[in-house]
Amino acid sequence: MTAHDDDRDGAGIPLVSIRGLNKEYVRGDQVIPVLVNIDLDVAAGDYIALMGPSGSGKSTLLNLIAGIDKPTGGEIRVAGVDIAQLSDSELAAWRAANVGFIFQFYNLMPVLTAFQNVELPLQLTTLSRRDRHERVATALALVGLSDRSDHFPNELSGGQQQRVAIARALITDPTLIVADEPTGDLDRVTGEEILGLLDRLNRELGKTIVMVTHDPKAAGKAHRMVHLEKGVLVDA
Amino acid sequence: MFALLVLKNAFRHKLRTLLTILGIVVAITAFGLLRTIVEAWYAGVDATSSTRLVTRNAVSLVFPLPLTYAQRMRRVDGVGAVSWANWFGGVYITERNFFPQFAIDTGYLDMYPEFVLKPDERRAWELDRSGAIAGRKLADRYGWKVGDQIPIRGTIFSGTWTFNLRAIYDGVDAKTDETQFFFHWDLLNETIKQRFPGRGNQVGFYLVEIRDPSRAAEISQAIDATFRNSLAETLTETEKAFQLGFVSMTEAILLAIQAVSYVVIVIIMAVMANTMAMTARERYSEYATLKALGFSQAYVAALVVAESVAIALTGATLAVAATFPLARVFGAAMGTLFPVFNVSTQTVAMQWLAALVVGLVAALVPAWRASRIRIVDGLRAVA
Repeated sequence: MTAHDDDRDGAGIPLVSIRGLNKEYVRGDQVIPVLVNIDLDVAAGDYIALMGPSGSGKSTLLNLIAGIDKPTGGEIRVAGVDIAQLSDSELAAWRAANVGFIFQFYNLMPVLTAFQNVELPLQLTTLSRRDRHERVATALALVGLSDRSDHFPNELSGGQQQRVAIARALITDPTLIVADEPTGDLDRVTGEEILGLLDRLNRELGKTIVMVTHDPKAAGKAHRMVHLEKGVLVDA
Repeated sequence: MFALLVLKNAFRHKLRTLLTILGIVVAITAFGLLRTIVEAWYAGVDATSSTRLVTRNAVSLVFPLPLTYAQRMRRVDGVGAVSWANWFGGVYITERNFFPQFAIDTGYLDMYPEFVLKPDERRAWELDRSGAIAGRKLADRYGWKVGDQIPIRGTIFSGTWTFNLRAIYDGVDAKTDETQFFFHWDLLNETIKQRFPGRGNQVGFYLVEIRDPSRAAEISQAIDATFRNSLAETLTETEKAFQLGFVSMTEAILLAIQAVSYVVIVIIMAVMANTMAMTARERYSEYATLKALGFSQAYVAALVVAESVAIALTGATLAVAATFPLARVFGAAMGTLFPVFNVSTQTVAMQWLAALVVGLVAALVPAWRASRIRIVDGLRAVA
């Protein structure tokens, strides 16, 4: 069974449509298959959790969906665009407009304040300074960090840094949010808060979220779970 | 945001950046000073005029020429005026007090409009047989004033010669040598005649003013042809070639100084490249994040290059600012060895250019690597 067979209610064209996806790494003479013939659909507004043991290929699949890695074969369509066919520069522009990233270790710029970190992706837009600042203020308010906008990452807790990262992921109003172990570096309570925030993004703002996690509790917040084992989808 | 990132990144590791800047300051300042030394060596050449020729004994400058040549030289087509001088080579108090002394014909100064004299002082000098003229820098160095008596012990022309300082000349610009000392050739000639009969009426070299600088070669040949097969054949050349002849004697030293100045730049370039390589390597995850967010390879490369150039130019700014006072101290310490020791505009431009090249070259490889890094590899650097 493939995940697309289980597409939620089969409602319209899926936002993410993956067909026959393969990813291999070459190490010396050895070809190591990481993902094997993956078919997966993610509907707009869906919230899915990619699960599996270490080395199962879940992060690789997330990277391919997010357009930060390229497949060896197959097709990945996001909102109708086959991103596997885009050049590096086209892919960069596509990511800027369509994908919001949430990383396990937040990946904030340490020399920029929370406000400047959130504003960073807007540098790639044509928005005026005033519009950018309005958006950043709204995003920081949404994640509950309006009072920490002038703080640098090292002045914030892990949970607060992840909130800044979520605000940064949201700021360009992307089609898709990808989260790689978003609670992996946080304690249980803070992790719950972050998961609650992702849930709000999905329910209230209708954001499509694809999350990689080891944590069954975190996965439980998603609408559905997709399991990978040794590069193969085992259920969904 | 780009400039903000560059500046904040540049001073992220303050100690590392400050030490790198210090290295650049030392290197660029040394480069500037070494270039100034080379320029000072060529100052005599730069101060030459295309309308002046120098005629000397073809065998060597050590051998004099007869005074009678002056009249014959004046008759050569294209020659405007002829004057002459002798190198005196005396010692003022001690050997350490070196400065050039010339016994000159009265018309000699007319050929050097760059030596500016007060008319009354010049007149006073012309009227005093023992009168002397000193350059402003020389007078300041020894605290001489007009009216002072200057005793100089002759080394070529023995005995102590006491001169009355009648005039102090100023240079028309900063390039003019203000360390020369002049007195009447007639005084020298008469004294020689008294002390060494038969050695009078000889001049060290002739200075020939020509009307058309484009005819310098032709006139030089004509002068030398006039005295061919005489007892003292002449060698005439432009004043510039004459001065270059002196500089060429020390060409090896100059080449060594120039080589050292460029080696200093290469060394700091290697240091800077190492700093930028370390810096970029530490930030691979940040560059990967920027690329994941949609920033282009060129943007990431530009961040590295701009940071490197910013550090290099900060160092250059401090270095240029330090070069001027250091050059003044160095120039003063060297006394009259370097009559003109000024940091030129060209040297400052070279310092900026060297810093820019250091910044750009040092960033080339780190910038290329940072821009080419695979996003997933860069992100893994943290994860």
